[in-house]
Amino acid sequence: MMGKFWYKIGPIIVVVIAIFVLWYAAAVGLNTAWAKDKAKRAGVELTTSEIIKDTMSQKKPKLPAPHQVGAEIWKTTVEKKVTSKRSLIYHSSVTLSSTLLGFVMGTSLGIALAVGIVYNRTMDMSVMPWVIASQTIPILAIAPMIIVVLNAVGISGLLPKAVISMYLSFFPVVVGMVKGLRSPDHMQLDQMKTWSASGSQQFWKLRLPSSMPYLFTSLKIAMAAALVGAIIGELPTGAVAGLGARLLAGSYYGQTIQIWSALIMAAALAASLVGIIGMIQAVVLKRMGMVQ
Amino acid sequence: MSWIIAGLAIWLLGWGANVYLSGLPRTRTTGLLVPIIFGVTLILIWECVVRGFDISPVLLPAPSKIAIRFANSTDILWVDFVQTVLKGALSGYIVGCGSAFAMAICVDRFPFLQRGLLPVGNFVAALPIIGMAPILVMWFGFDWQSKAAVVVVMVFFPMLVNTVQGLQATDSMQRDLMRTYAAGYWKTLFKLRLPAAMPFIFNGLKIGTTLALIGAIVAEFFGSPIRGMGFRISTSVGQLALDLVWAEIVVAAVVGSAFYGGVALLEKAVTFWHPSQRG
Repeated sequence: MMGKFWYKIGPIIVVVIAIFVLWYAAAVGLNTAWAKDKAKRAGVELTTSEIIKDTMSQKKPKLPAPHQVGAEIWKTTVEKKVTSKRSLIYHSSVTLSSTLLGFVMGTSLGIALAVGIVYNRTMDMSVMPWVIASQTIPILAIAPMIIVVLNAVGISGLLPKAVISMYLSFFPVVVGMVKGLRSPDHMQLDQMKTWSASGSQQFWKLRLPSSMPYLFTSLKIAMAAALVGAIIGELPTGAVAGLGARLLAGSYYGQTIQIWSALIMAAALAASLVGIIGMIQAVVLKRMGMVQ
Repeated sequence: MSWIIAGLAIWLLGWGANVYLSGLPRTRTTGLLVPIIFGVTLILIWECVVRGFDISPVLLPAPSKIAIRFANSTDILWVDFVQTVLKGALSGYIVGCGSAFAMAICVDRFPFLQRGLLPVGNFVAALPIIGMAPILVMWFGFDWQSKAAVVVVMVFFPMLVNTVQGLQATDSMQRDLMRTYAAGYWKTLFKLRLPAAMPFIFNGLKIGTTLALIGAIVAEFFGSPIRGMGFRISTSVGQLALDLVWAEIVVAAVVGSAFYGGVALLEKAVTFWHPSQRG
């Protein structure tokens, strides 16, 4: 049992440690120039160990060391009040709310479209190619326009950002659900027929349950996409609030530590959201008896 | 008023035509015609709605206006295309996919690395990597190099994960057969494992096409020289020149579809043997 655990986890730990080592090495490499420059202007000669020490503690490093980012995250989450504009939790919650709203809208739209596509041949033939084509369009490019236009109509705040999240997240759901709703084979559909099941019974008792594994897989992708949409949606609003705003403000003022802490926070958010869906998936599929 | 009636008429006409066509036995022509009718109908309705309800061009310009603007500013659009697509997206795409491919081949030789890198790579591929854009713009400057760097980072992980998975796609029976032919590592790689990995590799390449364009355009929001599609979009939105924004979007859409379509065609040529391509 223990051996199997280490067989799986061991390599991951090694890779993660390697990433941290590389990160520190890169921080030293990238920040040395600035440290030397500073020392030269101050007229002092630095030993190698002093240079390394300096690269780890600069105010605006090219690449902050992991512990600097960690300290910044600690400072802006635990030590700040949640309501403060400088609290990362506040900014994360802003992003999270539009992510979730967009995710719910995108998922509903996706499922509705998928049901239409599966049950209506006209829709299948006319909409499906455009759904696929819509994803080859770099949709994030029009994020600024959506925000500005919706603002001009008088819709501001959460909804414009959620619309972008929705657009990004509906696609994986449509594709996954179409596949899932079509996954029952002829034998199963015939069986429903012999039981003289009506159309709605066929949908609720056969097609929908058998699409669940596909649905959860696409929900995970959709959630990650929705978060990206929310972050990008925050850029053109002039950096008011949210993780995207922190990124933009950080890049305006060269606050690299702030950028990295927002980035790590976004990563943690994405990981936990996807993780929650994964947990729901495990429970639901187990209760449905779909896990072997 | 007449525009609205015209819009309704076009809607009914397009809908009716599609219902009729999709009732016919499915052939190549109907498979192509139905989505085209759907798209054209949508654009015509858009035109009629904008004219009928007198929607301000600051909010939503009519398709005809966008087409005129497109024709009048081809020089600007071309400059932006070269800057963003050719210099930023394409160079980053080639470097990113190439290095991910090479890395996957290396990783493949060490099962330990494989078991470690696959979960981490999968995890990283789900992260909002686009957030790296401001950092990379700081490191590599405002010009296209930073955009290419963003694209490299964005396409790297999906490509890596797909290639590594693809290289595992052969079963032991097939590998044993190669051994009985006395084929060495490289021969097995080129004759068996790489061809078998192609469907996976092309999956990664296709995901990469969209990511590359998105990366190149969004990176320009964080700073760029005074050309480029992302730059043009964000400044034109500020000037309320929405017809130019839409013209850029048309370019982006055409380029994105062409890029994806090109890779898909290549896939068809390379993996003609795969069940998904034979149908």
